[in-house]
Amino acid sequence: MSGSTRRPSGRARYTWRKLTNAGMLSLTGLAAFLAVVPLVWIVVYVASQGARFLSVDFFTKLPTPVGVPGGGIANALAGTAILVGIAGAVSIPIGVLTAFYVTDKPSTPLGLAVRFGTDVLSGVPSIVVGIFAYTVVVLPMKRFSALSGGLALAVIMLPTVIRATEEMLRLVPNDLREASLALGAPEWKTSLAVMLPAALNGVITGVMLGVARVAGETAPLLFTSFGNPFWSTRLDQPMAALPHTLFTYAISPYKDWHAKAWATALVLMALVLSLNIVARAWTMLRQARLRG
Amino acid sequence: MAVTIQAHRLVRSGWAGALARRMEHGDILFRWLLVAVAGGVLLLVAAVGYELWINSALPRAQFGVGFLSTTTWDPVVREFGALPFILGTLITSLLALVLAIPVSLGIAIFLSELAPPWLSTLLGFLVELLAAVPSVVYGLWGLFVFVPIVVRPVAEALNQTLGFTALFAGPVFGPSRLAASLILAIMILPTISAVSRDVFRAVPNSQREAALALGATEWEMISQVLVPYGLSGILGAVILGLGRALGETMAVTMVIGNNLDLTPSLLHPGYTMASIIANEFTEATYDLYLQSLIEIGLVLFVGTLLLNLIARFLVWQVARRVPQEVRA
Repeated sequence: MSGSTRRPSGRARYTWRKLTNAGMLSLTGLAAFLAVVPLVWIVVYVASQGARFLSVDFFTKLPTPVGVPGGGIANALAGTAILVGIAGAVSIPIGVLTAFYVTDKPSTPLGLAVRFGTDVLSGVPSIVVGIFAYTVVVLPMKRFSALSGGLALAVIMLPTVIRATEEMLRLVPNDLREASLALGAPEWKTSLAVMLPAALNGVITGVMLGVARVAGETAPLLFTSFGNPFWSTRLDQPMAALPHTLFTYAISPYKDWHAKAWATALVLMALVLSLNIVARAWTMLRQARLRG
Repeated sequence: MAVTIQAHRLVRSGWAGALARRMEHGDILFRWLLVAVAGGVLLLVAAVGYELWINSALPRAQFGVGFLSTTTWDPVVREFGALPFILGTLITSLLALVLAIPVSLGIAIFLSELAPPWLSTLLGFLVELLAAVPSVVYGLWGLFVFVPIVVRPVAEALNQTLGFTALFAGPVFGPSRLAASLILAIMILPTISAVSRDVFRAVPNSQREAALALGATEWEMISQVLVPYGLSGILGAVILGLGRALGETMAVTMVIGNNLDLTPSLLHPGYTMASIIANEFTEATYDLYLQSLIEIGLVLFVGTLLLNLIARFLVWQVARRVPQEVRA
């Protein structure tokens, strides 16, 4: 009797469990494809809107006032190159040397503190870094400047460089290091002439990802490099940048500036996404080769 | 040949040799250089906090703790209270979390447990690209595409069905707290899903096999074994996502509508800490005004600092507990 009542309910329960299983597993798959929707939507929309305005002039001419047709973003392209250049020049050497220290002494008090500090730094909102650059550079200089913008970007880029280099240095076989030391090379030579070249590919991909990130940053530039509608390469003057120009165009009330915003977005996206794709594909290839 | 030359160089005699030996052939210098640079990075973090602190002395002296709990923000009468922005940031970030957590966990589970390797790699790659899209591009797309096409119809539907509650009271605006939350949810998806995917991958296979051997379905194995096992790591991932949402500036500023009203409605335009700084920093004409904005930055800094502390601690705990096991 008990068997006859239990068996159908047992089977019903089994069916229910199977259904839940199938349902929930398909939902996870759905979630994964759902995440791709905004990416595809943004890329396709930016490309289709931006391409309509794109021409050679857009890359070589300076911005025109509202209502004047034509014009380009040459100053913003140069500005982004200069700002990212400053950021890289400051953050790459500091980041690589810090990574050497951290890989060499991961568990000394300073080593632990620096690793933790790096984590904290990567979590600081970029707009707060902008305020920092403002108080440290803009206030004493009493003017907005490319230099302050570049330094703000350097602070944002630093944790990326440190982490990428650290991860790669850890992967360098210890044999290489020991071989170099056994041949009588001092430690600094071992670090810079043996370890660094061995880790170089990873450091470069890390730098590419860092560059991609800071090239798209707007918030820290709002009150540091400030933006500039004219051609300027002076570091003590305000300077245009791609994301900042895009922001100015986007929030303006003018239709023709909106069109320029989409074209600027296309240029910026092409830059940032291609850096990302190349860096990540390169990493994957290398990992695949290492695994054999 | 080269070795001989090296050997000769190493045994230099006289004062040059003594100096070289004394400096361990440059190693002492190199070590000090590393300590100085690494210490410099640490100092940099401290300097950010210090600069924010000393440059917000005026409003701290004038308003005290009340700065955090008063609602008037009026540069004309020199009254500054940060509560509307703090609330705005909390509401949009928390709603974004509520929306992003289920989807992110779904992605993480699909990528680590279900998808074949090639699909997992491809989707993981695309999700990482989602994180790489610049914030200002999200803002542009949000402003001209996402808000009119998705947010506005959703807001109208919510208002018609649930409009009697304060949360969804009208009138319906396009740019709104809801719009900001939805954009934020998309932006923090990659963070939460990438970290929790790694957490799931770190769960030892023996746990999976034990659950399946006991007759659990795959979903039961995931929900009753994997999720509890990695819970603190998942919590860490969520907190990292929250940290990202709190500080997000450009996209939010462009779609939230920048409005100081303190209505509870999600369909109403609002303001956040990051967006008030972005909007008014260059317009702050006197010191108290500017320093009030810097104090908001300080609140943001301390908030994200605490969140990062908690998140790193949680993720670190999982990493410590789980033995490094390579999954086949």
